Amino acid sequence: MPDNVLRVDDLTMQFGGVVAANNVCLEVNKSEIVALIGPNGAGKTTAFNCITGVYEPTNGRVSLNGEVIAESFPQGKMKDLYKGENRGKYTQSVKLTPDRITYRGISRTFQNVRLFKALTVFENVMIAKHMRAKQNVFSATFRLNTKEEKRMREESMALLEEQKLDHLKDHIASSLPYGLQRRLEVARALATSPSLLLLDEPAAGMNPQETQEMAEFIHEIRDRYGLTILLIEHHMGLVMQISERIYVLDFGKMIAQGTPDEIRADQRVIDAYLGVAEDAAN
Amino acid sequence: MKKLSVGNSISILVLIIFFVLTIVLEQFIAPTDRMNMLLVCLRQGSIFALLAVAMNLLNGFTGLFSLGHAGFMLIGATTYALFSMPLAERSIVFTWFSDSYVIRISFPEVLGNLLGGPGMIIGMLISIILAGLVTAAFAFLVGLPVLRMRSDYLAIATLGFAEIIRAIIMWQGLGPVTNAGNPLRSFTRTADLNVTIGGQTFGLITFTLAFLSAVCIFIIFLLVTSSYGRAFKAIREDEIAAEAMGINLFKHKQLSFCISSFFVGVGGALLAIFMGTVAPLQFRAAMTYEFLLIVVLGGIGSITGSIVGAMLFVFASMWWLRGLDSGTFLGLDRITIFGVNLGERVFVSGFRMVVFSVIIMCIVLFFRRGLCGDKELPYYVNKLRELIARKSKPKPEAGGADA
Amino acid sequence: MGAYDLFRLFFPYILSGISIGGQYALIAIGYSMVYSILRLINFAHGDVFMVGGLFMVFAAATFPLWVAIPLVVFLIVLLGFTIERVAYKPLRTAPRMSVMISAIGVSYLLQNLALYFTGGLNRMYPAFPWISDTISVFGVSTRRVTVITPFLVVALVFALVWLINNTKVGIAMRAAAKDFDTAQLMGIKINSVISTTFIIGSFLAAIGSILFFTNFPAVFPAAGAMPGLKAFVAAVFGGIGSIPGAVIGGLLIGIVETVIRGADITLGPTGLGLFNRSLDIAAFSDAFTFVLLVIVLVFRPTGLFGDKPTDKV
Repeated sequence: MPDNVLRVDDLTMQFGGVVAANNVCLEVNKSEIVALIGPNGAGKTTAFNCITGVYEPTNGRVSLNGEVIAESFPQGKMKDLYKGENRGKYTQSVKLTPDRITYRGISRTFQNVRLFKALTVFENVMIAKHMRAKQNVFSATFRLNTKEEKRMREESMALLEEQKLDHLKDHIASSLPYGLQRRLEVARALATSPSLLLLDEPAAGMNPQETQEMAEFIHEIRDRYGLTILLIEHHMGLVMQISERIYVLDFGKMIAQGTPDEIRADQRVIDAYLGVAEDAAN
Repeated sequence: MKKLSVGNSISILVLIIFFVLTIVLEQFIAPTDRMNMLLVCLRQGSIFALLAVAMNLLNGFTGLFSLGHAGFMLIGATTYALFSMPLAERSIVFTWFSDSYVIRISFPEVLGNLLGGPGMIIGMLISIILAGLVTAAFAFLVGLPVLRMRSDYLAIATLGFAEIIRAIIMWQGLGPVTNAGNPLRSFTRTADLNVTIGGQTFGLITFTLAFLSAVCIFIIFLLVTSSYGRAFKAIREDEIAAEAMGINLFKHKQLSFCISSFFVGVGGALLAIFMGTVAPLQFRAAMTYEFLLIVVLGGIGSITGSIVGAMLFVFASMWWLRGLDSGTFLGLDRITIFGVNLGERVFVSGFRMVVFSVIIMCIVLFFRRGLCGDKELPYYVNKLRELIARKSKPKPEAGGADA
Repeated sequence: MGAYDLFRLFFPYILSGISIGGQYALIAIGYSMVYSILRLINFAHGDVFMVGGLFMVFAAATFPLWVAIPLVVFLIVLLGFTIERVAYKPLRTAPRMSVMISAIGVSYLLQNLALYFTGGLNRMYPAFPWISDTISVFGVSTRRVTVITPFLVVALVFALVWLINNTKVGIAMRAAAKDFDTAQLMGIKINSVISTTFIIGSFLAAIGSILFFTNFPAVFPAAGAMPGLKAFVAAVFGGIGSIPGAVIGGLLIGIVETVIRGADITLGPTGLGLFNRSLDIAAFSDAFTFVLLVIVLVFRPTGLFGDKPTDKV
């Protein structure tokens, strides 16, 4: 049994002639917090979308707890167009829809918060509980399994209490301030009972104070729920503070990996990225 | 047992009063009475309410803009007619196929012979449920290709399928089964719904139709407020996020599509009972549009709204605005503008629907949330109570809450 | 049966199919242009086409033809423009479903208005001198309009393509179709672009209506619904936003529809004798269009010449 929760092998995603992610390899071990960084357009979200099944990779393999959740090789028109490496290395075609992957234990948040806007905070969380509910449409409609419904309600309420959102339970999601919307999105992701949580820019648009809170929050949920976390982030402060290991992407290629200290010292990263980030921070 | 909220209990009370009224009124209004129109409108309104709510389940709650309504209604109505027409009538109704017609069973007749009066009612119910099941089965097949399409393509494809369904039902080749577009008639008469006890006949037509519709609407209400209903709403709000939360898009869309169609089929069957004949030519796209406008009128995403919308639609178009077609309307007909007498020249056949469509256009443009938005009756009851409790200043909004 | 007999058998249907297809194409262009800019299925477009027919019935009864035709075209253009301003413009920021519902509402209103003004009676379409004359093409007698239509369609389409490729408003239209918001940021007056689109679409629908109804016995309130839907399918088939696509889609649907309508005669006992009793295949001539639509949407959702849409996550 491998101790890595997530393993991405030679992942290449090509849109037409554009290679968005090129031969990306990464591993995330149990209970780790790993960051995926890189300048805009480096292919970070593309990698996330391949892992969660939104995109079907052009070539490569993604496995969760040793089980393949996505594997692909260039097919059809891509046979001629394919510009990446490792052609012929993968021969299986494994395609799970995003909901199946979520069921296997990967949950995610989105770069631009994607809540169910017109629904209440409570409903947002309850929807995430739907997947694991032990009832079919008949028993749900005719209220034949009130225990299950009650359990879902209680668990959702507990989750909201832990996230300090319980007093906002009946508010419409879109009426929440931005920071709380982000927090609700995390709560909703947690409600699917994931083993691996993918956070896409959790601190985007936050001020230093809120960013600091987010850092503590990520640590806290990791410990409390026994999660493994992979996140994309631009706030270097946050990344350096919370992550145990960092992967750096640039133009779709993995250019460096290591501990925060190693990444700080890596000349390639400084060339490709940190200079830009410092400018942006100022 | 959970205690009912005041809003809920008052809503239930309103419904009970409504049903008692349907029974009581029918005993006192003779079919020849002018007020009989009230009963007729209540009957049609109830069926339309069911059909509108079923459409709302799909278009309002799941966010699937489907325009196949008329086609599915036709399947339901036809199935019902075929399985409840007395055998003796078939050779007359199937004029061109009098010796080759295929379906030779009538549930109300078979069970009626077996069990008497109640058997006939059970037979009718079986035919109605069968109508729903057949419709849902067709919807399942239609859903396979259609539900993977983008929103507006879904609309046009379902509209297309409604036409295909109608063409199939009207096809000569299927004549022995469907009567090839010739009207189906002589099946259940509404009078069959009356109950005779000790020589005394009780009119239960309105009650039966309204009650059957209400049961179906209540089931849809339960579905919408269940975990599955929430999943449907999630799909409406954001498909990508819903999928990321573990909701299987296709399965849930298919579920919503089939359930909605089941009730459309049931509604079609009830409509067949109400109308007495099923003529496929009536089930055109324009009929779908009418239901869509009812849903919009009441409020997309509100079951209460669809019911109110359907009732208003039926009462206005069948009754209240009748005068616009026949030359007398609120005394306006005596007015003469530029030498044109409104009563004689303007209020002639067809004007009612013009006025009506203008009203609907105004709602579409200026009251986009419809009459009820996405709120339900208990919400308005509670709102009304708050207003009464505050009492300090009488509110004009109270009128809106009544609706 | 020789080649000449085959030709004699099928030619009438193909000829009238090309003609009807050309008329569908003219309507389809209106759908296609509006959809490519507003992402709106303009359900009222078919009814605008029907109103064009009705206007002509009334106009031809009072005015000489050389007044009636331009007058009707002008009124239809005005109608299209007004519908956009009144029913679609206020909903520019509303969800797409609201606009589609508004379009359905307009369609409902136009049909009810038509019902009111015609009193529910079918109205005979006026016969135009020369255009409506019966002529003989390769031994098939038909009206002159059947032969004129394809040429007129080609001429109009060339003019339109030239307009879109070479004029300022054409470039603005293409920009708005590519990216509505950015086009606005670039200083394009989006409302006038949209109005122009509706004006062009209605103009073509008016011409299409004259050609269509000349070959059609009567105008009635629902007369626009079916041709409208078919024209939309033609636009989808050719790839929404593509004018050549709309023309090819229109022609294909027109030809196949008439061929199917005639299949009982051409293939049955009186024709090729493939079956010996009537199968009533003609019943599916309308439904076929939608079968085609579903096939296209399943296997090539962007149509023959359409661009691939992308959803951003």
